[in-house]
Amino acid sequence: MLKYSVKRIILAIVTVFIIALITFFAMNAIPGGPFAKEKAPEAAVQAVLEKRFNLDKPVGEQFFLYLGNLLRGDFGISLKTGREISTTIFESFSISAFLGGMAVILSLFVGLILGSTAALMRNKWPDRIIIFLTTLFVAVPSFILATLLLLIFSYVLGWVKVWSVADQNYLLPIISLALYPMAYITRLTKSSMLDVLGQDYIRTARAKGVKDWMVIFKHALRNALIPVITYVGPLTAYIMTGSLVVETVFTIGGLGSKFVTGINNRDYPMIMGTTIFLATLMVVMTLASDLLYKAVDPKISFD
Amino acid sequence: MANPLLQVKNLHTVFPIQSGEVRAVNGINFNLDRGKVLGIVGESGSGKSVTAYSILRILDYPGNISQGEILYENEDIVRMSPGEMRQIRGARISIIFQDPMTSLNPVYTVQNQLVEAILLHTKRDRKQAKERALEMLQLVGVNEPQKRLKQYPYQLSGGMRQRVMIAMALACEPDILIADEPTTALDVTIQAQILELMQELKSKLGMAIIMITHDLGVIAEMCDEIIVMYAGRICERGTAEEIFYNPRHEYTKGLLRSIPNFALSKERLTPIAGSPVDLLNMPRGCAFAARCDAAMKVCLTEQPEEISINENHKASCWVNVRDTAAEGTEGRQANG
Amino acid sequence: MSSYNPSVPPEKKPFSLQLDPRMFEPATAEEKEQHDVMRESTTFFKDGLRRLFKNPLAVLSLVILGVLVAVILIAPLIVPYGYSQIITVNGKRDRTAANMRPLTYSTLEQEAIEAGQYVFPHIFGTDEIGRDYFIRVIYGARVSLMVGLFASLIVLIIGLLYGSVSGYVGGKTDIVMMRVVDIIYSLPDTLMVILLSVVLGQILGDSLQGTVFAALGNNMISMFVVFGLLYWVGMARLVRGQILQIKNNEYVLAARALGAGPGRIIRKHILPNCISVIFISTALQVPNAIFVESFLSFIGLGVQAPMPSLGSLANLARSALQIYPYKMLFPALGICLIVLSFNLLGDGLRDAFDPKLRR
Repeated sequence: MLKYSVKRIILAIVTVFIIALITFFAMNAIPGGPFAKEKAPEAAVQAVLEKRFNLDKPVGEQFFLYLGNLLRGDFGISLKTGREISTTIFESFSISAFLGGMAVILSLFVGLILGSTAALMRNKWPDRIIIFLTTLFVAVPSFILATLLLLIFSYVLGWVKVWSVADQNYLLPIISLALYPMAYITRLTKSSMLDVLGQDYIRTARAKGVKDWMVIFKHALRNALIPVITYVGPLTAYIMTGSLVVETVFTIGGLGSKFVTGINNRDYPMIMGTTIFLATLMVVMTLASDLLYKAVDPKISFD
Repeated sequence: MANPLLQVKNLHTVFPIQSGEVRAVNGINFNLDRGKVLGIVGESGSGKSVTAYSILRILDYPGNISQGEILYENEDIVRMSPGEMRQIRGARISIIFQDPMTSLNPVYTVQNQLVEAILLHTKRDRKQAKERALEMLQLVGVNEPQKRLKQYPYQLSGGMRQRVMIAMALACEPDILIADEPTTALDVTIQAQILELMQELKSKLGMAIIMITHDLGVIAEMCDEIIVMYAGRICERGTAEEIFYNPRHEYTKGLLRSIPNFALSKERLTPIAGSPVDLLNMPRGCAFAARCDAAMKVCLTEQPEEISINENHKASCWVNVRDTAAEGTEGRQANG
Repeated sequence: MSSYNPSVPPEKKPFSLQLDPRMFEPATAEEKEQHDVMRESTTFFKDGLRRLFKNPLAVLSLVILGVLVAVILIAPLIVPYGYSQIITVNGKRDRTAANMRPLTYSTLEQEAIEAGQYVFPHIFGTDEIGRDYFIRVIYGARVSLMVGLFASLIVLIIGLLYGSVSGYVGGKTDIVMMRVVDIIYSLPDTLMVILLSVVLGQILGDSLQGTVFAALGNNMISMFVVFGLLYWVGMARLVRGQILQIKNNEYVLAARALGAGPGRIIRKHILPNCISVIFISTALQVPNAIFVESFLSFIGLGVQAPMPSLGSLANLARSALQIYPYKMLFPALGICLIVLSFNLLGDGLRDAFDPKLRR
């Protein structure tokens, strides 16, 4: 376990380094560089940029200096606003983290329940309805789903207020963010559950005279959850990229919408900083879910 | 004489699937007396395991018993409520499976799984249940039982796991132990150990055993009676001696010819030609006819009924009918 | 022995002597063969197809995709408008032709119709600068499908080559190649797509002008490049896993023992055995690519205007959602239909050809 963890952590660190490397050099490949003079609004900003990003030094050195700054939490400043990027990230990230966290919880909770239900009632009507709906949901891009929810529940029916700074109603954004992963988790749980229910040890449990619900909760669910855990990494990645869309549609001032604004403005330091920040977060979450996976699954050998 | 402990009467088990109905067991009858060992032999897909699962009603989805009775102490298991059924499973009738590698839940310790069975069916408290679990592990010959209790299944060898399975099955002192190919997945040396253990436990605890196998040789010396199954039907039954030395069904003969240690060493092994019958499209007549060297026209259209060869031996084969008929009419000439 | 009467069918009494002795004649081989009511033996492929066509959802999605492709191919031949063509009537631009509701005509068109001219109806109305919306949706669907198929093809080719080399050669090469895959696999793909799209869009600049790619624009090229750089790793892993599994089968060893070269072994033994898995995975890659495209369109990194894609059309429709909700509806339905069909088809293929692949 220890060996595996160390190996995985090293891989994660290498990945983050590579992400920073790709991001930095990709940005530097842009004609005129990411900090081209005409992009900066004012001379003052430009001056700060030159100093911050050590633009007078060779590119290689610039990268390592940039990396050093990142480790100290210094992401540079935005070309558009001239504000510290780290401030923007940390201010807006709390909103995104709340939104994303709620969506993760909702999708896992509902997905597990629906998936188990579908597996246990296989080929009966609840199973068919659940599978029909989830099949539908995984076919709808999140921005369309978000827009439709907004249109129907806020504009047409008027049931849910549109998000504003004064009235932060997260209901629709959370639902639009959670529906796709929820549908995915439902399908994953169902197939995993069916797989487990067909295993010999389930038959052993039934042959022992264990009650049906105990067979499900004690013997099946824990085994069925294991593959779902591996999805937690991709899930958080999905939710993070999904938040770009959902926050923009609902005009929520989280990190996602800031990132999209940055892309539209070609605000390169902002794109760079946010990409590295989000990517690191995703790598960490994937690492966490992988380690958790190994921890809960005693049958896996740690080679 | 009292009724047998277990009576299976005209049992039919089917698996309805999209393209039809897989008829896994097609009307079988047998009895099991207290303390006896019954062997069920047949190749894969002959309905041996499905018969066993039917007795405990633990059929895999979508299997179900479509017809027939299974009387345990004169009560019909088929018509029991799920609650009553759970009182039988593990307590009165228990089972061990073919593959010990997958039959134990990988995420729980040996102790957890043993204690669960004990708590379910006895009045012991948790502490007593643990003691019982330890006692059972000692009984089945697990080395370092204290340590094993705390281990996960993946930390045990195959033979060890099968011993744990046996301990679990016998922990509540059942009347019947069903062993569904208990040695198939094990090494040859371990196979012998497990069989020896089962015999030893039988003499100690006195339960009846239904021994399911595809390998006639494995069970020869253990069984009081042997049933040979093909395509969900019983084709021959009798004492081990009768089945081995006086087989009266062409399938049984084929089965015996294909056992390495049974065939005379200089003879070539003769496999049974063809492949098992398609249970989705059962043919009329005898299911084995297409693979049978002695097949007659009647075999293709009429299903043979079971006739007695002697008081210890019955077979369902038209050849016997022909021979009996021939004896009846031409007996004098043949004798003379 | 009783006499046998052919007109009376023999009764079934096994112990009686009334049985027809002819019934006890040995059965011929043909008779035995007929008796063996096996399901007709088919090839793996035929059997899979049979199962596929028994799956109503898979058949339905095949039909939907077929109809969709037909419409996409035929509609531009019938509808007399271009996707970037602003509607004119007799050479005159009509200001009232913008934002028309479905199946309505502009003032000038109305006049033309009254004058006896035939004006092709605007089935989905027109967009905000007066382009026929139906033909834009059709072209959008065309672009989205092309993007999906082309991206999947790129993934297939690179993944197949990389995975088969890695799996077949094995040893140190395999370890190194798989480390590379591990690292690419752990990169957050969507973020990398965004980043590379931003950068490549800038780098490519005007260099595409005059080439066949110009119409698609830098963003789409970037997307294909990104798919080629990042998304193939899943396929490579799959192919490698399959090859490792098949490579150790006896029949491959036998072929090698007979002196077959690696090329022949890959072509004759390994590929045919993993082709269905690879094919299914490719089919499931299509909706994935369409999703990525619509996502990129949403954040402004999609196809180059005026070329439409379903994603960019849906995104454009958001701004006037409350006034013209149908403008959202058509492209959104288009995406959902395509993605749903491919998902269902992929599931159907998987169930039909490889039930073990369920995960």
